[in-house]
Amino acid sequence: MISIESLHFAYPQDGFNLQIPAFSVLPGQKLAVIGPSGSGKTTLLNLIAGIYTPDSGTIQVADTAVHQLDDARRRDFRITHIGFVFQDFELLDYLTVLDNILHPYRITRALQLTPEVRRRARELTQQMGIGDKLQRHAGDLSQGEKQRAAICRALLPRPALILADEATGNLDPENKTHILDLLFEAVDRHHATLLAVTHDHELLPRFDRVVDFQAFRAAGSA
Amino acid sequence: MIDSFYIAWKYLVFSKTRSATLVACITLIAVLPLALEIILDESERQLVKRADTTPLLIGARGSALDLVMNSLYFTDEVPQLITTAAADDVANTGLAAAVPLYVRFRARGFPVVGTTLDYFDFRRLELSAGHPFAILGDCVIGASLAQKLDLKPGDSLVSSPETVFDLAGVYPLKMKITGLLAPTHSADDLAVLVDIKTAWVIEGLVHGHEDVTRTTDRSVIMDRNENNVTANAKLMQYREITEASIDSFHFHGDTAAYPLTAVIALPHDDKSGTLLRGRYLDENTAYQIVPPAAVIDSLMTNIFRIRNVLDAVILFVGLATALALVLVFALSLRLRQREIDTISRIGCSRSTIVRLLAAELMLIVLVSGVVCAVLLWLVRVNSGSLVRALILNH
Repeated sequence: MISIESLHFAYPQDGFNLQIPAFSVLPGQKLAVIGPSGSGKTTLLNLIAGIYTPDSGTIQVADTAVHQLDDARRRDFRITHIGFVFQDFELLDYLTVLDNILHPYRITRALQLTPEVRRRARELTQQMGIGDKLQRHAGDLSQGEKQRAAICRALLPRPALILADEATGNLDPENKTHILDLLFEAVDRHHATLLAVTHDHELLPRFDRVVDFQAFRAAGSA
Repeated sequence: MIDSFYIAWKYLVFSKTRSATLVACITLIAVLPLALEIILDESERQLVKRADTTPLLIGARGSALDLVMNSLYFTDEVPQLITTAAADDVANTGLAAAVPLYVRFRARGFPVVGTTLDYFDFRRLELSAGHPFAILGDCVIGASLAQKLDLKPGDSLVSSPETVFDLAGVYPLKMKITGLLAPTHSADDLAVLVDIKTAWVIEGLVHGHEDVTRTTDRSVIMDRNENNVTANAKLMQYREITEASIDSFHFHGDTAAYPLTAVIALPHDDKSGTLLRGRYLDENTAYQIVPPAAVIDSLMTNIFRIRNVLDAVILFVGLATALALVLVFALSLRLRQREIDTISRIGCSRSTIVRLLAAELMLIVLVSGVVCAVLLWLVRVNSGSLVRALILNH
């Protein structure tokens, strides 16, 4: 699903350098990336999603060479093929839960907001247990509800790849397990691949594979 | 599909206070000069129209503007008084008809205009109900006044005393409303029109009281001889003119010396007008003759000069507000940087972000435009009353 080779990326401001000789993830795999803060985990997700472009090397997601796409195509690819679950949910407070979930459809021509999409959005929120909160503003939700809404937003376009950046980092232990259950269920239902950055070692046994980013960087491959 | 306006609208509705402030600022800046323009145009129309239809005005020497404003628009400023002799003089020249005016008193805040029935013909006033004043104490009221005070023919209206504590001054007179004017959209709509003698009754120059030769109350009589009876202040004066009391009303002194505030002169033709004006050129005469149109023209010139200054001030305030709005918008962009980053990470292009922000701005301008249009419509619809209330002060 994901194949990275000879990747090099540097932040010009702070001298941070990310070198990945080789890295791959199989389709349908649930992979956890761990490692200390500042080791480049989030940067890796941003590179895979095409938010950042590598200085050199290749990034292949399914059949698409992300590193070769221009800006517009990278955006279209991201919004149609990748679901991004952010650590801080990144919901827009001025929109309702339903509008937040449908938001990607309203900001690009790559996705079409049809009645079928609306129906799926309602179905998805029912599955996530926030079906009764569709008209509530995002700011009025609890942390757990916000994360569920953020997951719904990421899953609605039925992406083949889900990138989760500390998706459970802001949740209490009970919510953490429940949200992860929901995320895994949704990933299985959609036959998607999950790449999740986490600091929570208790959750690691639930993943198919775990990559310690520091070790990985030291070893030079994973 | 890109729903820029939908998202922008949601944001504006959510940030009600910010949106309302922006709309209020833009609306105010747009409405102020336009509303001022409408009001000034309407004031010019009202002032000029009435002045144009009033050929000449004769009054005491002094402020021509006070004379015109009091005689045409019944303002509070009472010019120096003249006498009925001035009206007789005009009539005696054979050059013009004279319509006397005595605009000094008020009834429940509205001007009491003492005049003759010629005034009705001159102003082409029509009655929507009742009949013109016929006897002492009758009055005809303007349409707006009737509406404001909920009065109709058959009701009565009491004139206001000039000062509460002046026992020797003007007493209130209870007047009977005999007629109601059809709307004229002029100062007459808010006037109480009475016969000039009724105005003198209000002043006390014409008065009625119990017959001192027949009174049985000895305490009223101060002195009695074969030719004369002198009564004291205990003598009851009538403050309402009824069928029973009307015969007791009488004049004291020479009626030619009775006061007027102005005389409207209606020359028979242009030449007569010019000749009549010539008679008042002498600086030593007690009277002045003014063409109201010229006085109002001069007033309008001054108003337009002030308007130019106001326009400049509004322009600068507008510029300052526009800069403040740009600053508010720029600061709000900074506050929303995280949100912009988020939608950018989701997959929103830079041009779409610009489009979203432009949609917000357009909606704010659109709502401001709608509010502005409604306010301007209200100002236009009510411009007549606004001008009368704000500029003509009646």
